[in-house]
Amino acid sequence: MGEISEETIANLKKQATILRRHVLRMTHNVQSGHPGGSLSCADIVTALYFHILRVDPQHPRSPDRDRFVMSKGHACPVWYAALAERGFFPVDELLTFRKIDSRLQGHPELGTTPGIENAAGAEGQGLSFSVGLALAARLDHAPWRVYCLMGDGEQDVGQTWEAAMAAAKYGLDNLTAIIDRNGIQQEGRTEDVMPLEPLAEKWEAFNWHVLNIDGHDFRQILSAIEEAQRTKGRPTVIIARTVKGKGVSFMENKIKYHGAATSDEELRQALAELEVRL
Amino acid sequence: MTAATPWKLESQRGYFGKALVDLGKRDPDVVVVGADTTESIKTIDFGKAFPERLFQLGIAEPNMVSVAAGLAAAGKTVFASTYSVFGSAHTYNIIRQNVAYTNLPVKIFCSHAGLSVGPDGATHQMNEDIGLMRGIPRMTVLVPADGPETAKCVDAAAEIAGPVYCRFSRTNVPTITSLDDGFEVGRARVMRDGSDVTLVGCGLMVARCLEAAEALRAQGVSARVVNLSTVKPFDVSTIDKAARETGAIVTAEEHSVVHGIGAAVASCVAQNTFVPLAMVGVQDVFGESGEADELLRKYGLTAEKISEAARRVIARK
Repeated sequence: MGEISEETIANLKKQATILRRHVLRMTHNVQSGHPGGSLSCADIVTALYFHILRVDPQHPRSPDRDRFVMSKGHACPVWYAALAERGFFPVDELLTFRKIDSRLQGHPELGTTPGIENAAGAEGQGLSFSVGLALAARLDHAPWRVYCLMGDGEQDVGQTWEAAMAAAKYGLDNLTAIIDRNGIQQEGRTEDVMPLEPLAEKWEAFNWHVLNIDGHDFRQILSAIEEAQRTKGRPTVIIARTVKGKGVSFMENKIKYHGAATSDEELRQALAELEVRL
Repeated sequence: MTAATPWKLESQRGYFGKALVDLGKRDPDVVVVGADTTESIKTIDFGKAFPERLFQLGIAEPNMVSVAAGLAAAGKTVFASTYSVFGSAHTYNIIRQNVAYTNLPVKIFCSHAGLSVGPDGATHQMNEDIGLMRGIPRMTVLVPADGPETAKCVDAAAEIAGPVYCRFSRTNVPTITSLDDGFEVGRARVMRDGSDVTLVGCGLMVARCLEAAEALRAQGVSARVVNLSTVKPFDVSTIDKAARETGAIVTAEEHSVVHGIGAAVASCVAQNTFVPLAMVGVQDVFGESGEADELLRKYGLTAEKISEAARRVIARK
């Protein structure tokens, strides 16, 4: 990863901080939404939208664009923030999130929001949808790739494993799955609600190429995605260890912030903590 | 059907499989996904003609439907086919979120609808799929009356930009239309004119409506027969006109009367031209094992029951 400069990393870190601040404002503004799981995957989403994905905000439906599928639809605040910062729609529009008549629905809707690639909300459908996209790309001998971000809670869903089998059957090396392994779902620790470990071994047993990384280390994120791009004959899953609520001291690893917005005072403190990293 | 009926018995699956191959020849963007029923439902023929365009996804219908949605999102016209109980019920929220809410061209074509599945019994006899599917926004719901209409549903579905659900029978059904007949999605077809009562049927019950109309004629009753092969979008004008002109309606379906075409027609009639109505269909019960004809008789899905219902609604005028 020598070719990734310090400057690139510094810019990505700054961009992720900008996205985190948007997430906090958007969810605070309507006192709803899911800040914790948006903050945990903010670095992954930043790496994709500001370094990896071949997407063009001026042509959001360009046939040869890479597809990013967010299976954990509740983390859409960070997706909207990334799309706005990339110029898919005005940044000002972010504060319409979850409000009446907005293009920014509480969970993503296909067709209304520029840059959104899938509808999600009911968990566990995104990887299957991504398999369909990847099969179509292969059928068309198209160069674009599919990146699917899943939550670790979604590993509870049977359909996730149906999709895992199908992707392996068809050797979909144009598909990369990333698991936001923050260890927390709505009602508690994943290992208490429904134990997932040994998770990497499960994916290996399903014939996937498995990478384990720190999901807040940009060098590791970029390196893993590039390894996935080089891997032929089978799909790659990147299990990214993350911290729910990452970047805000009082939100980190707190189950409460899966689906609770910050108070006025908490928002001030959170934005102040993040501001020093800009 | 009784042996006395004039129609040839044919497989809707046979017509379906052939129509799909023909469509595949014309349109290279048509692809098919299956769930370990491709031979039974005849999509295997598409796979033989276009091996790279049939995706066998195993006994995993939720995944099959979402994969279909992904293929469709990338520009393919996708036919997702299996038995109706697996294709509509086991997949309901997948269809709702990944197909209908996303408004993608996924065509869910399901065989083995209704009681006439036969000996496999209640687990495989899907009598609730029309209700499930017609309740989903953006969904087009088709119920072809016979083989030729099943073929036409394939072509029509491919022309629709959004999602389609189409259900048909495992058992051979009377061929009461021809490939040359017109077919238009959203348009119910008057199969026989009449002035005293209208018999509105779908699927294999349309033939039974025609039989009932013939029996009623012998009793001096003039019965119109309407083939409601599109359940949604609902053809209000044809039903409204029938209600006004004949003053009484009987619906006939191989489906629960709770939320099938009887409920759809009753809703239309109640909101427009209020006339007496009776429903012939599955009475909010599960089926059981038996031969198709035995089951249809036991559960009251016969021409005789339609005739009786017709006389009752005429008496209520």
